Amino acid sequence: MPLEYIPGIPILRPYVDPDNQPFWDAVDRHEFVLQRCSDCDVYFQPPRPMCPHCLSMDSLEWVPSSGRGEVYSFVVFAADRMAYPGMKIPYVVVLVEMEEGVRLTANIVDAEPDEVYIGMPVEVTYNSPMEGLTLYQFKKRAS
Amino acid sequence: MTERTLKDKTAIVGIATTDLARDSGRTEYSLACEAVKLAVEDAGLEMADVDGIVKDISDGIDPMYLQKAVGIDNAQYCSDSHWGTSAIMTGVTAIAAGICNAVVYYRCLNGGSGRRAGNDFRAAREMKDEGLDLIRYDFYSPFGLLTPDGLAAMTVRRYLHEHGIEAEEVGWIPAVASEYAARNPDAIFFDEPIGLDDYADSTMRVDPLRELDCAPGVDGGLAVVLTSAERAKGLRHTPAVVMGVAQGTSTEGELLSNFTRPDISALPEIRLMGDELFRVAGIDRSDVDVAQLDDRYAPYVAMQLEELGFCESGSGVAFCEKGERLRVDGELPVNTGGGFLGGGFTYGLNVIEGVRQIRGTSASQVDGAEISLVVSGAGGPADGMILRRA
Repeated sequence: MPLEYIPGIPILRPYVDPDNQPFWDAVDRHEFVLQRCSDCDVYFQPPRPMCPHCLSMDSLEWVPSSGRGEVYSFVVFAADRMAYPGMKIPYVVVLVEMEEGVRLTANIVDAEPDEVYIGMPVEVTYNSPMEGLTLYQFKKRAS
Repeated sequence: MTERTLKDKTAIVGIATTDLARDSGRTEYSLACEAVKLAVEDAGLEMADVDGIVKDISDGIDPMYLQKAVGIDNAQYCSDSHWGTSAIMTGVTAIAAGICNAVVYYRCLNGGSGRRAGNDFRAAREMKDEGLDLIRYDFYSPFGLLTPDGLAAMTVRRYLHEHGIEAEEVGWIPAVASEYAARNPDAIFFDEPIGLDDYADSTMRVDPLRELDCAPGVDGGLAVVLTSAERAKGLRHTPAVVMGVAQGTSTEGELLSNFTRPDISALPEIRLMGDELFRVAGIDRSDVDVAQLDDRYAPYVAMQLEELGFCESGSGVAFCEKGERLRVDGELPVNTGGGFLGGGFTYGLNVIEGVRQIRGTSASQVDGAEISLVVSGAGGPADGMILRRA
């Protein structure tokens, strides 16, 4: 069963602020970018105002990601009381390690819960759970 | 290395809980007042003796409102801190520094019946869109990852994977907790011990966490009274002298969602805190007679045993196999009051049991217990305390 939403229940929006706005603006355009320090050549996630290595606030840039990664861990929301009411259970949340080395959480949109495994190759895709909201998501990828 | 400035300077002299229940039918304010009153009485002090108030940052009852109701007219130290022994640590430091003489720590919540943000979506369902937008977990909430259980499950999956552990093997941890809880009238969630079959049959809550892996919410209040070790000598009960307190946070930390650190299958803040705790207390692991660990999620008990140095990395689940080491006559009796799994999730409950072991009043008393370890904050800011019999 692919990811399904329950109509009429709003999906929680990301809280967009000046530190993470370039990420979510890119997602709106169906582009996937990651934050990097151009001096240290290190990626970070979640977005932040300062490079934790050189403490620069000026060297941060947003660079296109390959969009490819592997499942590092995952959970399956199986019980109604603990799941988000706007999403049909069971649904999977994956923690994906991107080729750039950072990890992000999202849903997997095209896999059954029992298909998902640690090490599974995935790539970024996008969906729109409700009007005015675009999310990045993951889908299966041939290794 | 800093000097051990807090060692043996203070003691826990009063402990109390209200009735612990699935539904108290009372306000958290009322629970806090009763717990504080009972703990001050238990210490053999008067309310006028209390001049410091500390609490967990997420506890809803403002100290000044508490003061009004319990008649503490003049307090000279007040602090909100991270949970459990972290908050108590601020009281320890304040007394040792001479800022105040006697501190009360309180924790009260309707975690069984009440609405707790993030733990149950009954509340969220009733909120307006604007309210939902305020929840700030940008990379989690849009994907339906909001409950603490979901965040913990992500770490647990990777932990089991890294060490090749089958999820069913974790079952000894709740099984032993249920044995202790069945003997402790305060721990209401098990009347009878459960077995591994019950664990295997337990409903998957957020796979890989089962219902029996997750501490239930409970309604109740508790309070702890501290004073100087010197003053503690003349009071009602055997003092539980604070040998050491410590806290720890670590690389890329978050509260349960430490997903961006190099290895999410360990608890580096527990290791950091634990190493410091044993250093400042000046004791070895083998000196610990009884331990209360954070079992809000059962697999975290295994992870704490590893990070605290009681066993090798990856062997925490094996350490708990058959429960022999964890039982009251075992190598390291763990969560002797039934833990959060048996008593309900409320920080401070582990401190109460740690003190009971020192006093010799536990429902599952460890013979001759002299040194009692209390740890919480597994998966978040870590904290711990070592108590000894005066």
